Amino acid sequence: MSEKNKKTAGSVSLLNKIANMTDTNLLLTITIVIFFVMYIGAIVFQGAGFLKPQTFFNILNANAALIIGACGMSIVMISGGIDISIGGVIALVSMSCAVYLDYHGGSVIGAIGIALLIGLLYGLVQGYLVAYLNIQPFIVSLAGMFFARGMTTIVNSSPFNVAHEEFVALKNFRIVVPFMGSVNKKGVYVDAYIQIGVVVALLVVLLLFAMLRWTKLGRAFYAVGGNAQSALMLGINVRRTKFFSHLICSLLAGIAGFVYFLYVGSGSPSHASGLEMNAIASSIIGGTMLTGGVGNIIGTFFGVLSLSTIQNIVSSAGLDQAWWTGITIAAMLCLFLVVQSVVIAFKKRSLRK
Amino acid sequence: MQKTKSSEALKGIVRHQLFIPVLALLILAVFNLIADPNFFKITLGYNSVGDPVLSGYLVTILDYGSEVAILAIGMTLVTAASGGQDISVGAAIAIAGSVILRVLCGNPNELLEGLQAPIIVAFLVACVVAMLFGAFNGVLVACFKIQPMVATLILYTAGRSIAAWINNNTLPIVTDTSFTYIGGFIPGIPVPTPFFVALACMLVIALVMKFTNLRLYTQAVGINESSSKLNGLNPVLIKILSFVILGLCVAVVGLIKVSRLSTINYSVVAKDIEMDAILAVALGGNALSGGKFNMTASILGAYVIQFLTTTLYKFNVQADALPAYKAVVIIMLVVMSAPSVKEKVASLSKKLKSNSQTKEVA
Amino acid sequence: MKNIHKSFPGVRALQAVDFTLCEGEIHALMGENGAGKSTLIKVLTGVYEKDEGQIFVEGKDKAVAIRSPQEAQKLGISTVYQEITLCPNLSVAENMYIGRTDGLCENWKKMNADADKILQSLDIPAKATQQLASCSIAVQQMVAIARAVDMDCKVLILDEPTSSLDDQEVEKLFGLMRDLKARGVGIIFVTHFLDQVYEVCDKITVLRDGKLVGEYEIKDLPRVQLVSKMLGKDLDDMSDIKSDQAAYDKADASTAVFETEGLASDAGIKPFDFYIHKGEVNGFTGLLGSGRSECVRAIFGADRVISGSVKKNGKVVKISKPLDAMKNGIAYLPEDRKVDGIVGDLSVRDNIILALQVLEGFFKPFSKAEANKFADEYIKLLGIKTASADTPIKSLSGGNQQKVILARWLLTHPEYLILDEPTRGIDVGTKVEIQKLVLKLASEGMSVTFISSELDEMLRTCSRLVVMRDRKVVGELSGDDLTQSKVMNTIAGGDK
Repeated sequence: MSEKNKKTAGSVSLLNKIANMTDTNLLLTITIVIFFVMYIGAIVFQGAGFLKPQTFFNILNANAALIIGACGMSIVMISGGIDISIGGVIALVSMSCAVYLDYHGGSVIGAIGIALLIGLLYGLVQGYLVAYLNIQPFIVSLAGMFFARGMTTIVNSSPFNVAHEEFVALKNFRIVVPFMGSVNKKGVYVDAYIQIGVVVALLVVLLLFAMLRWTKLGRAFYAVGGNAQSALMLGINVRRTKFFSHLICSLLAGIAGFVYFLYVGSGSPSHASGLEMNAIASSIIGGTMLTGGVGNIIGTFFGVLSLSTIQNIVSSAGLDQAWWTGITIAAMLCLFLVVQSVVIAFKKRSLRK
Repeated sequence: MQKTKSSEALKGIVRHQLFIPVLALLILAVFNLIADPNFFKITLGYNSVGDPVLSGYLVTILDYGSEVAILAIGMTLVTAASGGQDISVGAAIAIAGSVILRVLCGNPNELLEGLQAPIIVAFLVACVVAMLFGAFNGVLVACFKIQPMVATLILYTAGRSIAAWINNNTLPIVTDTSFTYIGGFIPGIPVPTPFFVALACMLVIALVMKFTNLRLYTQAVGINESSSKLNGLNPVLIKILSFVILGLCVAVVGLIKVSRLSTINYSVVAKDIEMDAILAVALGGNALSGGKFNMTASILGAYVIQFLTTTLYKFNVQADALPAYKAVVIIMLVVMSAPSVKEKVASLSKKLKSNSQTKEVA
Repeated sequence: MKNIHKSFPGVRALQAVDFTLCEGEIHALMGENGAGKSTLIKVLTGVYEKDEGQIFVEGKDKAVAIRSPQEAQKLGISTVYQEITLCPNLSVAENMYIGRTDGLCENWKKMNADADKILQSLDIPAKATQQLASCSIAVQQMVAIARAVDMDCKVLILDEPTSSLDDQEVEKLFGLMRDLKARGVGIIFVTHFLDQVYEVCDKITVLRDGKLVGEYEIKDLPRVQLVSKMLGKDLDDMSDIKSDQAAYDKADASTAVFETEGLASDAGIKPFDFYIHKGEVNGFTGLLGSGRSECVRAIFGADRVISGSVKKNGKVVKISKPLDAMKNGIAYLPEDRKVDGIVGDLSVRDNIILALQVLEGFFKPFSKAEANKFADEYIKLLGIKTASADTPIKSLSGGNQQKVILARWLLTHPEYLILDEPTRGIDVGTKVEIQKLVLKLASEGMSVTFISSELDEMLRTCSRLVVMRDRKVVGELSGDDLTQSKVMNTIAGGDK
């Protein structure tokens, strides 16, 4: 067999493999490959900064809330819905917790309780409206976003920093990652660290990944998102499934709100503005399809990483004018969407033959 | 017999698509009438230049509602054809406005006096740019089969950055007074100009729908794409067309927005206006999943949204807190118009009726 | 089921229907479209709630309430629907088990192993881990049946399961049904194919206009009587049509109106030559998936043509998209009425004028009066049963929807009409109507290509059959060769 033939045979078998992959796995693979290519590219072209583990950890630290929020978003999207209220919920949680801690002398535990309660209430109301009254999720969560943003202003209209001692201690608490530190300019060894939020985010990622893969509810999300009518005929409680997807998403938004609060340590009506769009973008980059039924939490995790890495690359490349971030994120989203759509179309065609 | 006829007629009215927006309008009007009849007072005054202008809450509604109404026209078509919404209109307005400023004021790095180009040229350039961005969205949606909300997310993210970039992040100010007429008042006419602009847009779209097959084609594509393809339609072209029309609407609103202040702030201009436009479509009883549409209902919906906003302002609601109240009203409206709720109400009233009937018999 | 009532806005879909199913019997549920079969089944499976009446299970005195598909499943009632009701994005195994296993978590290993075992035992060519969307429609249908079989159901409802299966697969399915019957499962079988009913069923229940006509032992009810029971009148029999066959003699056989040379499309059909005369009715036949639909789709420009040409009256015409074909006087009634035919939310009127309106172009809309005139004319002509021209087409019954689509194409006054499975899922009465209409159109000079899964229907209407196998044209039969056995032989390959 000549060299050329071997090559074509190899590519054909690869094609077959691609054709036989499930949509979810295919898109996940693309995302992970692109992330690593990008990160390695950054190391090669922009050098030392990206080689330090702390650069990577900083990305995690800054985006813990986004990771949690995007995970919730993925779940809703997998089951065929959407929730654009999470940014608003995060801002509302931050502000409520800030006011509770500083003006009412509350405890940190109490603040966590408030965060969860807001998330839960949001989930209950939105889930009920979407699942049991059959109102379009976009409209419901649009109203949810309006409501959360408005309420944030009503709770307190001006931004302020929280001075609560216990909280500030928690905010500054750093978990040292062993063996990952680096030597700084002065020749002193600096430990690499992550914040509490990152641990929470990673836990959420693992927990949700396991849930989507192995539990009845997780599989029901996929079934409902793939074809709600069929899912009903297959004996799945479609309404309850939709309800739970929104409940989980809003609850996660509540948790993300607290993690965000923990990172910024302040309350402001403009907090987390546009975060829902970043969450949607991350989910999509991570291979979740807005049409539902396809997606993966690990992909979403890499989606957030890709998104924030590209932001880092852009800013460290000297394009620090504000508009470049927006434009690059958009360009990247565009790229991913086009790649996704081309790959899926290609796959469909190869299956037909 | 008479009774059943009248109840049939009543049912017909309730089922009519215009029912919800009209009902909402009535409720709002009655509410204001009870709370403060001054709401409806319109006064004729004179502005700083000495031209007659009408002022009052209703005039404000006509004025600002017109922006949403113009967008609602395009948004209705996009919704119908693609089964999704364009969330980038706010960002696109920033771009269109920025283009107008750039053409009118010239290079942002040199301070130039007066207009560098006629207003009409600036507007036409903005139209072309906005339509190109519309076509970009349309291509993503139609050719690459990306869901509209996601496809337009791209422009939503990048739009305001692009707008800032066009003018190198400076905010040029148009000094020509005739430019302010478009977003304000034409001397001698006391009614705000945006209302006339909106009327012109409505007239144009009405004529277009009368003399072309836009309505039938759009609906057919929105309801069943594969069937319309086999009937010789080109769904890709029609979807792109709907986005391009929306782009045109965006350019018009961009012109109004720039004219209002003679300049714009890229990061806040027309913020959340896409939500208002989408709401207008939904309030008009159009399915957000596409298909059949009623343009009149959408336009009416736009004014209802503005009516609501203005009412809230009147009660001294903080601008930032406004969305919270809006949200409550939106939820009330959609819950009321939700089919499952309607059914329940219908069956409940049926039961009540049959109960009362049996009582009568007894 | 006793005394079942169900009504929808404006329609009384079921009125006082009784239905009894015994253990280990195959019971056919027959009726025209709109007779209420689907509604009855949906009530039984909990998709719709009944307005009145009771359902009893296993001879118990107490009526059970079935409010959701889950509850029906729990009672041992499982259903395989005409349209695939599985989730295409999940794996085959998941589709078989989702929604019916206990516990909170999925055991993937066990599930895949179990699924493979069942698939093997039923001889279904699919792997447990395969994504369902990558299987053919027929396999998907089999998976749905496998799911139902594995559920240890007491009652299995098959709602037109055979309409997308070819003969071999149907045989396999029947084997399965007999097997289940022997195990004591009661099967309700809904179908339009009379042959199949007489092949496997024990009893027949006939519905008409939402009312029960009667329950019969299969041996007591000859075919003709069954048809007349379903229609509620004595069928004016097939002989009527046969006399119309004289129309062929008038066909102008000298010139081909349309012919193709080496036409092939990206849907994977081999290049084929084909011609049709003025006033001729011919047909493509072959097993499901043999490429008969793909051939006509290529002629119509619905799939991308990769080679070959289409000639009209001897001159080459360029057809790259449906609009080109329409401009050349070709009309195509697609195979899948729901997906490719109707525009559901639009009114009957808009559905009728759609094709002509597209032909007329973007800038020439009809006035309301014109549109109404066209609609009324064809509603009358074809006897479409609709409340008004404003009714959304989706609320019409299948047969009437098909007539609307037919009206849409007749309105464009085509020279060449392609009908792809025009009678699938349609009641016997409408079937005959459509067949007659085809012959009438041909006698008026229209060329018609007719595709159907039912061979005798093809033999009755067509004067020439093009036979396909494996996406290739393998033969052409006309005149005396048009017999059931000859066609079958050609389809199967060789004169064995």
